[in-house]
Amino acid sequence: MSGDLVIDVRGLTKRFGALTAVDDLALNVPKGAIYGFLGPNGSGKTTTIRMVCGLLKPDAGEGRVLGHNVLTESAAIKARVGYMTQRFSLYEDMSIRENLEFIARLYELGDIDGRVERSLEQLGLASRAAQLAGKLSGGWKQRLALAACMIHEPELLLLDEPTAGVDPKARRDFWDQIRKFSEDGVTTLVSTHYMDEAVQCDYIAYIAFGKKLLDSPTREIAARVGLHAWRVAGPDLGALAHALEAAPGVDFVARFGVELHVVGADEAALARAVESVRARPGVTIERIPAGLEEAFISLMARAPEAVR
Amino acid sequence: MSGFSFARLKAVFFKEFVQMRRDRLTFAMLIGMPVMQLLLFGYAINNDPRHMPAAVEIREDGVFARSFLAGLSQSSYFDIVARTTSEAEGERLMRSGRAAFLIVIPEGFERRLVRGERPQILISADATDPVASGGAVSAVQEIARRAFARDLEGPLARLAPSPAPFEIIVHRRYNPAGITAYNIVPGLLGVILTMTLTMITSIALTREIERGTMETLLATPLRPEEIMIGKTAPYILVGAIQVALVVTAAMTLFRIPFSGSAPIFVLAVTLFVFTNLMLGYLISTVARSQMQAMQMTFFVFLPSMLLSGFMFPFRAMPAWAQGIGEALPITHFLRMVRELMLKGAGAADIWDDLWPLAIILAALSAAALLRFRRTLD
Repeated sequence: MSGDLVIDVRGLTKRFGALTAVDDLALNVPKGAIYGFLGPNGSGKTTTIRMVCGLLKPDAGEGRVLGHNVLTESAAIKARVGYMTQRFSLYEDMSIRENLEFIARLYELGDIDGRVERSLEQLGLASRAAQLAGKLSGGWKQRLALAACMIHEPELLLLDEPTAGVDPKARRDFWDQIRKFSEDGVTTLVSTHYMDEAVQCDYIAYIAFGKKLLDSPTREIAARVGLHAWRVAGPDLGALAHALEAAPGVDFVARFGVELHVVGADEAALARAVESVRARPGVTIERIPAGLEEAFISLMARAPEAVR
Repeated sequence: MSGFSFARLKAVFFKEFVQMRRDRLTFAMLIGMPVMQLLLFGYAINNDPRHMPAAVEIREDGVFARSFLAGLSQSSYFDIVARTTSEAEGERLMRSGRAAFLIVIPEGFERRLVRGERPQILISADATDPVASGGAVSAVQEIARRAFARDLEGPLARLAPSPAPFEIIVHRRYNPAGITAYNIVPGLLGVILTMTLTMITSIALTREIERGTMETLLATPLRPEEIMIGKTAPYILVGAIQVALVVTAAMTLFRIPFSGSAPIFVLAVTLFVFTNLMLGYLISTVARSQMQAMQMTFFVFLPSMLLSGFMFPFRAMPAWAQGIGEALPITHFLRMVRELMLKGAGAADIWDDLWPLAIILAALSAAALLRFRRTLD
């Protein structure tokens, strides 16, 4: 095993009855990285995260998490991993402080009072420490959940769609926090639906139907997917979009505000398609680099065939 | 691998108390239900009912009939609520339920009695509730014998029923007055502990699963036995409060004697409390939701109430039903408690029920730990 890999697993497979939720998945997450986990709903993100932290037993696969065998040493892994569930899963009938104290005791930490106090400060929860968790809004619940899964200072954070249902400001604060943890050497595996969050990750793995379709440093993704893009603007975008979608060489047309992004893998055919609408009155076209967003729309569109 | 940790167990234990404090309704149920059951069963329920409404259909009035009716009233078993001379009216009183008994004194009763023709008195009892009518019916023979003995004097004395050549003495031991509460209240202790403790622990795990908190617990180093003990132990205290409540009420309100050994009583109760907690916990490991857990506990309640000897005599049940009864913890507990409270039993007397209870407890605990899922699969 490479000494720098916090998660190093291969061939992870999990079946629920006839459904294969995760199929032969490999993950290599270097220390200190923020590793984004993208994919549509039901693609196996949660199942993978649960297998990594020992909550689910893989049907097949092998590997190490924090140097411990992922199949046999889940107790040792649990002690060093912080796991934040998709759904809020602390006690709603207990206060913020009671929840944090309880979790801290489960890890048998020393100086529980001091630790809880620091955690409350660090995540800005001090003023609400006595409030019942059930009475908190989504953003505060999320902060509490993050505080709870960080209370034992884990080396690996597993975050399962941590920002679902949280307002943009709270989301931004949350990511600032994750950045800080990362700078302190904490490794993070985070699943998300949001593109603006995905771009914050150092690496991205894209999975669909339980298979990993892409795994790469974030900045190389667009190039790897091999896409070309043009910006098309003009009056009557609807008609333009229709015309372009029908043209050969165009994989898909995505609408961004008052312009269209026309994307295709075949550079020459794409250029011809875009040229065909240039003559229309008021239409402007411009070559642009394909971004992450285009890459994922393309991946999602291709996913079913890729899996077959 | 970390081993069993007392600190983690303590964390779960105190967490349960925090939640118990917040959940007022459940706490109220744990304390309120024993009080309610105690008052209802202790004061409202009586298996030897008196003052049953009776109607008299007198086809022919006379001295003997009158003294017989006076005897019935005096026995306190019967209240004469209506007198009639018509057969149809008598029938109507019975069917409408205004009378639970119909006493028919036929025409020519006096005349035939004097002639020594052994005339009959018909007593119709509403047997839709056999328990209610049983005591009164068995009292009638004796009432009649006494009533007629007084009037059959002089030349009629030869008609008086001659005393049997022997005498039967029934000695009602341990409960000489046949007070129903003596039977019910100690049994109630078993029923209360079974209902509340089994129910509360049956939702112990399912509640964590339903609220999603089980995922948090499983992601920490907590071990199954720590969760099991930590989540059930708080209810040992709840059980102790309930026991104190029922025993105090039994002795003060219902004046039920406590004649056995107190330490042995505590031992038996403790064993029974543990057994119920484990039974509930086992249900909790099987059920998928709190609703399911509640439904399953009812499958325990019903036989516990009906086949344990709490409501109906154990010895009157067929062998298969007794077999089921023997497998229920409450059956053994009821016997032990009645023996301890009413019969003044000691350890040797209740041994026959102590060891089966211990075996049931061991089996339940083992099954609960085996059933516990350490992962979310």
